[in-house]
Amino acid sequence: MSQTVIKNQVPDQELMSSGHVACPGCGGSLAMRMVLKELGPKTVIALPACCWTIVAGPYPQSALGVPVYHTAFETAAATASGIRAALDMQGDTDTTVMAWAGDGGTFDIGLQALSGAAERNENILYVCYDNEAYMNTGVQRSSSTPWGAWTTTTPAGTPKSHPKKDILSIMAAHRLPYAATSTIAHPLDLLAKVKRAKETYGTRFLHILAPCPPGWKTPDEQTIDLARQAVNTRVFPLLEIEDGTRWRFTIDHPHEPVADYVRRQGRFRHLTEEQIAHIQVEVDERWKMLEGRVRGQG
Amino acid sequence: MKKVIMGNHAVSWGVRLARAEVIAAYPITPQTQIVEELAEMCAAGSLKARFIKVESEHSAMAACIGAAAAGARAFTATSAQGLALMHEMLHWAAGGRLPVVMADVNRAMAPGWTVWTDQNDSLSQRDTGWIQLYCESNQEVLDTTIQAFKLAEAVDLPVMIVLDAFFLSHTYEPVDIPDAADVDAFLPPRKARYKLDTKEPHSFGALAPPSVYMEMRLRQQEAMAEALKAARAIDEEWGQRFGRRYGLLERYRAEDAELLLVTSGTVTSTARYVVDQLRAKGEKVGLVKARMFRPFPTEDWRAALAGVPQVAVLDRNISPGHSGIFAEEIRAALYDLPENQRPAIHGYIVGLGGRDVRPETIIDCIDRTRAAAGARKGTEREDVWVGVKS
Repeated sequence: MSQTVIKNQVPDQELMSSGHVACPGCGGSLAMRMVLKELGPKTVIALPACCWTIVAGPYPQSALGVPVYHTAFETAAATASGIRAALDMQGDTDTTVMAWAGDGGTFDIGLQALSGAAERNENILYVCYDNEAYMNTGVQRSSSTPWGAWTTTTPAGTPKSHPKKDILSIMAAHRLPYAATSTIAHPLDLLAKVKRAKETYGTRFLHILAPCPPGWKTPDEQTIDLARQAVNTRVFPLLEIEDGTRWRFTIDHPHEPVADYVRRQGRFRHLTEEQIAHIQVEVDERWKMLEGRVRGQG
Repeated sequence: MKKVIMGNHAVSWGVRLARAEVIAAYPITPQTQIVEELAEMCAAGSLKARFIKVESEHSAMAACIGAAAAGARAFTATSAQGLALMHEMLHWAAGGRLPVVMADVNRAMAPGWTVWTDQNDSLSQRDTGWIQLYCESNQEVLDTTIQAFKLAEAVDLPVMIVLDAFFLSHTYEPVDIPDAADVDAFLPPRKARYKLDTKEPHSFGALAPPSVYMEMRLRQQEAMAEALKAARAIDEEWGQRFGRRYGLLERYRAEDAELLLVTSGTVTSTARYVVDQLRAKGEKVGLVKARMFRPFPTEDWRAALAGVPQVAVLDRNISPGHSGIFAEEIRAALYDLPENQRPAIHGYIVGLGGRDVRPETIIDCIDRTRAAAGARKGTEREDVWVGVKS
């Protein structure tokens, strides 16, 4: 698709301003910009500790044109539940209440509150921008960090020895009305999913892959290409799930080998050919599992 | 309307009359009946509120924070381990200047597992920035719950109402339940000074560098000072409207006393009985009941205790490695009184983990105080444990 076609389909409205303090090439800031373009100004954000705590700017500045409540690390979904309840009591049912958390705040410390909110089917949109480690504190492993990756707490000699937690399956198991994955390299896919989420009642979960140049040890200008390659290699398939049961791929996924994707990233520099082959096996196995689910056999 | 209700339901009735809009809570003994009753009230429509049945106390406070930030009147209740789990968010509510109201049913901290009363749960939260009000009777619980919302919203600080496990929470007493219209006149709907508003978007709680943080804490401290005045005025207004006043502390038969007991919670009722008995025998013994713990009404304490020779502070709590917490605070408040005005402060640790504090326990404290009075001068530093097995 040409860039002009994409441009014509992306809403003009900007609710994120320049002057934010994200790192060059930050995937998480692109994610916020795109999501807010679709959600519009009638949005309230519950923002737990994550890179965006800093990116949004220090008091008294804010890079966001919507109200933001900064909250504690593990509380995004609970704080959002409270905001939703208050707005409902005021008769405001059409403002979107969005919890916006990183992978640490979602996969790890915030999982209990997220599970609670999803089980209650709170009418909130929960977005996880996933950069696959605790990047704000300087690249420590999270349960979203992929197998084999270097982080400061999984040094190259003993890289992460557990696979990335399957957060999507966990959320689907809550039978929440809408869950989806997307990346910053797929703006039309992302916008369509945000739109769908916005129009759905209940707990909606969006999982956005957001590469992080300092954490992945990749050049700033390759962020978008890396996110695209994560999809093309089926490392991060694009999906949506209705009611936790109806799974669907939202694009045709090529089957590029993972080796090039892995080799481009400094965080995987220490891996041997055998280890990369192991990643390929894992990716292919998960893909088969997902295909089964999409066919309704999962 | 008079009803015979338990202390926990006195809280529920207070919350109902205050027309809380968002309740978020998690069960824990001995608090649970507060929120069970509120759930019934919401289901019956007698309270129009959203009740979020969260998966932990930590989330309960986070949800109250979100709701209060969006302008709602928010309430939760907890005890002991639940309050400790909330600790992080207690700072968040206070530092964020949100008028959340919470009832804490005083329960001792585990281990060993206990559900019985003492004050270490709430007093461990002393420095989180919450206003704390300790109650003696179910009537006071109901009245204080309603006052708490008005106070919280007057100064943009959260308020904790504290009542003893079982001795109050599960004890039935006749309670005068005010008419809803009269309470509405006393406590109009909340008008948030600042809130999450898409028409006027602001960011709350953003990164505060050293150049701005300290002033935020100073404003919070100033609000605490304001809370002393506001609490006094609100209690006075309550008194005018409903005929009941409690004060920040209460002096009971304290005139010309040579020995004053200091108590809080339900121990106070037992101490009133003891004081009456001793006064009947002509002994100059009185009582001061602590109601407001934070902000600490230092001037009130100085006025109440200055010139009294002996003061016996009964603490149903302990700051391990130091002393009973009320005794510690009162000693500090009186330290710079002129020496001829400064009482000897005798600290007693009583009733931990729900152990009974009987009239004889209190008389034991009085006897020990009198025995020590001749031997010691000034402020005693070492608390005596009373009612422990030898």
